[in-house]
Amino acid sequence: MKLAILHELNAERAARRPAILVTDTESGEQRLVKANDFAKDPLRVELEKQLRMGKSANVEVGGKKLFLNVYAPTAKLVIVGAVHISQALAPLARSLGYDVTVVDPRTAFASAERFPDIPLVAEWPDTALPPLDVDAYTAFVAVTHDPKIDDPALLHAFERGCFYIGALGSRKTHAKRGDRLRAQGAKDSDIARIHAPIGLAIGAVSPSEIAVSIMAEITAVLRLPPKEKEEAA
Amino acid sequence: MLDRDEDILKAAEDWQKAGRGVALATVVETWGSAPRPAGSSLVINDEGTFLGSVSGGCVEGAVVTEAMDVIESGKPKMLEFGVADETAWNVGLSCGGTIRVFVEKVS
Repeated sequence: MKLAILHELNAERAARRPAILVTDTESGEQRLVKANDFAKDPLRVELEKQLRMGKSANVEVGGKKLFLNVYAPTAKLVIVGAVHISQALAPLARSLGYDVTVVDPRTAFASAERFPDIPLVAEWPDTALPPLDVDAYTAFVAVTHDPKIDDPALLHAFERGCFYIGALGSRKTHAKRGDRLRAQGAKDSDIARIHAPIGLAIGAVSPSEIAVSIMAEITAVLRLPPKEKEEAA
Repeated sequence: MLDRDEDILKAAEDWQKAGRGVALATVVETWGSAPRPAGSSLVINDEGTFLGSVSGGCVEGAVVTEAMDVIESGKPKMLEFGVADETAWNVGLSCGGTIRVFVEKVS
């Protein structure tokens, strides 16, 4: 690998931007394709598929054997609300490879006893969220049931383009939330991005089951191609 | 597979900048119960120091030896380890998998 390519790759990774290194395994020839350049690349279809799967693979194109090495940032999960569901959700998400942070200004909820080994921020969203560098590789869930906490958190998630945004609450609760968020400047397209009621409809009852339904939904959004995603939702 | 290999590629860059000969070994294909998925990498410098892994520790020794040649010659190499291959038994990939490892110099 040329040092210049390695340097560029490390810069993309440090900035949490995905990239794919394409290597001709016979000649050793290499090029780095940054996610922003996928659309105009001749290997567009293969690159997009492998990035979505987060999986490196070999492809044969025009008689050339190419290895596509996928460098995707570690996905983050930000959970706003240190509630019972979050106690099940945080360790589950971590076992799926997410970097998890729990935010809740209510110190009685955000306690180390309730969340052993999970990074906790016992601050209001306005203070807690900016340092977390919420980005397009972040799944964001708001589960406090308290508009004072959930609403500013959701506004932050819209701004940062999280790949998944979910919020707890019935359809009725969600309709009211939509009105409140619009009053604070959110667009209809922002509100439409919220998965609510949160999680896939699997008849979840207990906090652990709800956690499973949330992670299943996040996984579907992360991995499925856009068309199948609509069908699953 | 989510990316957890940051120090490895960073080390490759740092070592190269510090004037060391550096090779990068990457799993490009796996069959059967290979311990590390395609894309996993091992970085090796000319002192024989290495970071990361391409298997669960089974074939790293052999890869490091080959990497020394690659650092010297500058020519990339494709290595294959598997149970069908007698040398693989010798180096110990006895878990039943087969892997192909691409070794290249960082230059």
